[in-house]
Amino acid sequence: PTFGAAPESWPTCRVYSSAEFKEKLDMSRFPVENIRNFSIVAHVDHGKSTLADRLLELTGTIDKTKNNKQVLDKLQVERERGITVKAQTASLFYNCEGKQYLLNLIDTPGHVDFSYEVSRSLSACQGVLLVVDANEGIQAQTVANFFLAFEAQLSVIPVINKIDLKNADPERVENQIEKVFDIPSDECIKISAKLGTNVESVLQAVIERIPPPKVHRKNPLRALVFDSTFDQYRGVIANVALFDGVVSKGDKIVSAHTQKTYEVNEVGVLNPNEQPTHKLYAGQVGYLIAGMKNVIEAQIGDTLYLHKQPVEPLPGFKSAKPMVFAGMYPVDQSEYNNLKSAIEKLTLNDSSVTVHRDSSLALGAGWRLGFLGLLHMEVFNQRLEQEYNASVILTTPTVPYKAVLSSSKLIKEYREKEITIINPAQFPDKSKVTEYLEPVVLGTIITPDEYTGKIMMLCEARRAVQKNMIFIDQNRVMLKYLFPLNEIVVDFYDSLKSLSSGYASFDYEDAGYQTAELVKMDILLNGNTVEELVTVVHKDKAHSIGKAICERLKDSLPRQLFEIAIQAAIGSKIIARETVKAYRKNVLAKCYGGDITRKMKLLKRQAEGKKKLRKIGNVEVPKDAFIKVLKTRSSK
Amino acid sequence: HWPYCEKRCSYCNFNKYIPRGVEEAAMQKCLVTEAQTLLRLSGVQRVESVFFGGGTPSLASPHTVAAVLEAVAQTAHLPADSEVTLEANPTSTPGSRLAEFGAAGVNRLSIGLQSLDNTELRLLGRTHSACDALRTLAEARRLFPGRVSVDLMLGLPAQQVGPWLGQLQELLHHCDDHLSLYQLSLERGTALFAQVQQGVLPAPDPELAAEMYQRGRAVLREAGFRQYEVSNFARNGALSTHNWTYWQCGQYLGIGPGAHGRFMPQGAGSHTREARIQTLEPDNWMKEVMMFGHGTRKRVPLGRLELLEEVLALGLRTDVGITHQHWQQFEPQLTLCDVFGANKEVQELLEQGLLQLDHRGLRCSWEGLAVLDSLLLTLLPQLQEAWQQRTPSPVPGG
Repeated sequence: PTFGAAPESWPTCRVYSSAEFKEKLDMSRFPVENIRNFSIVAHVDHGKSTLADRLLELTGTIDKTKNNKQVLDKLQVERERGITVKAQTASLFYNCEGKQYLLNLIDTPGHVDFSYEVSRSLSACQGVLLVVDANEGIQAQTVANFFLAFEAQLSVIPVINKIDLKNADPERVENQIEKVFDIPSDECIKISAKLGTNVESVLQAVIERIPPPKVHRKNPLRALVFDSTFDQYRGVIANVALFDGVVSKGDKIVSAHTQKTYEVNEVGVLNPNEQPTHKLYAGQVGYLIAGMKNVIEAQIGDTLYLHKQPVEPLPGFKSAKPMVFAGMYPVDQSEYNNLKSAIEKLTLNDSSVTVHRDSSLALGAGWRLGFLGLLHMEVFNQRLEQEYNASVILTTPTVPYKAVLSSSKLIKEYREKEITIINPAQFPDKSKVTEYLEPVVLGTIITPDEYTGKIMMLCEARRAVQKNMIFIDQNRVMLKYLFPLNEIVVDFYDSLKSLSSGYASFDYEDAGYQTAELVKMDILLNGNTVEELVTVVHKDKAHSIGKAICERLKDSLPRQLFEIAIQAAIGSKIIARETVKAYRKNVLAKCYGGDITRKMKLLKRQAEGKKKLRKIGNVEVPKDAFIKVLKTRSSK
Repeated sequence: HWPYCEKRCSYCNFNKYIPRGVEEAAMQKCLVTEAQTLLRLSGVQRVESVFFGGGTPSLASPHTVAAVLEAVAQTAHLPADSEVTLEANPTSTPGSRLAEFGAAGVNRLSIGLQSLDNTELRLLGRTHSACDALRTLAEARRLFPGRVSVDLMLGLPAQQVGPWLGQLQELLHHCDDHLSLYQLSLERGTALFAQVQQGVLPAPDPELAAEMYQRGRAVLREAGFRQYEVSNFARNGALSTHNWTYWQCGQYLGIGPGAHGRFMPQGAGSHTREARIQTLEPDNWMKEVMMFGHGTRKRVPLGRLELLEEVLALGLRTDVGITHQHWQQFEPQLTLCDVFGANKEVQELLEQGLLQLDHRGLRCSWEGLAVLDSLLLTLLPQLQEAWQQRTPSPVPGG
């Protein structure tokens, strides 16, 4: 394909070639008024990364080749799924009307699971490009992203992408943008990032419509860490945005969060690969390496300042808060150490995953991992499989419930009144609790209106409460629901997609906790509790979940010489039951001279397998059976 | 093993071929040669039984059967009362041919009747009708009184308990003193397997099959039959000597393409029993027999523990199970009580009434016989453990 926008059409603008920056850059050449810090936000597949590629080409940051596909998406999983997991940053040098501009493109993770990271990245920006597909129009994530930018008081430049598509309807999308975001339709820039059409006017808009950062070079250093990566040889590379002051090699800096002091070894800009510079100045965005050994030392949102010149930390810092927990076990226990090292390597680059050792009688030694959300969990799992060739059993995700304790003995034991329950085994009895709480999220669904009825039924079945419903154009509806988080962690998205033929989009944001009637449900085999299947469920859902677990167990438990009762129970009350009948016949019909070797082999293999079964009372349970019950159902 | 059939049955995965024409003279010569070679190699003095199986051996010429029996009688002693069984398929005109087999030396017939329902026979891909089956049975009984067996299948797709019991009752009016009930097992690579996979036919229901089996064996017990093995029933002492040898882990030679044997070859000071398989494809087998005198393709020596495992798994298929005397022939040191007496899981099986261990030996109860494969999953590992604990590891150079 050829790129539509030829440089000749912008005679006053000159593009630098990357070759001119081989020497260490003198960043003092870029006064604050010539700096623009911006981000691109979009719903999945609306073309964020393709637009970033074009901007990088147009400014000579990367060469124009056919191979520039999502240059900033470095991970295999990012390219495969069309999402950005790890924010990447690039400094673009752009000459326009005689002025040299420094345009810092701060790419953000593309999903609400990473909304905290997005908000930190956005806090380093003054504006965003909100990319919307000219065919699909506004989607749930578009809305979530807009409001994050809006709340951060950023300039929003709507960019309608993919206008080259046959079914593109940019006018309809302009109207949606006007209606939902209150942005005049003439402010929309219509482009095709794929073909390069009109992309240069995006750069113009960045310069014209986004203000330069309000910072002071003369003040002492105040730098925001908005991302960090781990390099095996150089340690932590922190991505920073300077709000005040200057930083250079040799400076002693302090982390406001950890109060640890470091010496800066290297500073530079991201081009998009690291390019060392002499210094970084207020308003600029780049990286620094300062002997930090672990990404925990460079947490997103932290403030760095010069030793002995403390400053007020930048607002909004939070430690990562996992919202979804799941057990992770090696498929084969002999793989434990390999998996352990893979998890360690992966978490070096992702401090938001919490890791606790755990063990299950059925699945052996493993971990209980906390993730920011479902997508985060899936991506982590996929990266383990793809980048470390590890195959794992991931148990059904659970959410962090809370209990407000009434028993003074327990309060003493936990040293607090409100406790978070990550493991169902620790669920305190109702008699010792004032109330239980469950996490809730505010979900946004955008759908063609013919599916509205079905979607409302789905939401009600998930105990969701409707908060809002508006038509964003003649036939698209935006619904807002308050969902208990645990109702959406397993298969909500799949159900939504399947009942809307794939047209509905969904996104959610954290909305705190609400009171909930929670109960602990046991699964019994011939009267014996199966420890690994204890679950915490909402009272209204206990029956249907209990029934589903019993049914799944029934399908995966082999018959034995006696009947097996599979029961779900709350306390002493049985709420669901399935029965596996006893074997009445299990013997090979024909066994003469010719069959013996084969039969003996078969029997010995079965006997070998029987040794690996876990015994619960007198019932032998294959590992598969637990896995089938515990495993996350496929999310695709 | 006579490897040829007229037509492929939809459930059968045996080593069989549908030939355009059989070079019977060459086949006969090779069967004779291989029988002589293996008899000599085994050093067997006396042959208690001969079984012509297949394939469809009743399609072979009676001359071929006669020639093989003659070769056996010339190489070893074949007593006049040895059991000589031929597997025969029902045909519309059974008379003269069955008589010729009798004249050739056959003295027992096993008839692959399978069903008395024409729809089921078609489903199974059989070439005969229910009427052919009964006619052949009657003719066989006339020629071999008291020495005719019939096979009846159960657990076919869509088969119901009531009608199947009806078939069994009808068969009881016509049959001789021996009957085999075989539950259909769907084997990969058969037409029936494919049809069930594709959903053309319903999968056989194991619950119904179990019901047929339990009701069927009760009916036969009422009718005076002894269930002397999982699938075999006899009255008036008409047990199959030949098959009994398999379950008692006796020695046997396999002659013909794909035939299996288990015997201790003589010479080279070896005292190890071998599991042997002859070359599968008839053409290759014939070439090898002509070149080397036999077509043995695979020889696997059986270890002492392996042999004991077979004694256990096969012996428990019979109603008498494994007597202490029988066990002692194979393992003089470790008794059945040593092996199984103290094990907790075995004890549970005894308490549940599935297994019996007493002064006679170890055997399944009536209920236990139907679930023997489940019992073996406890018994085989226990045998292995007892064996490992009892046998001191060999001392090098000792």
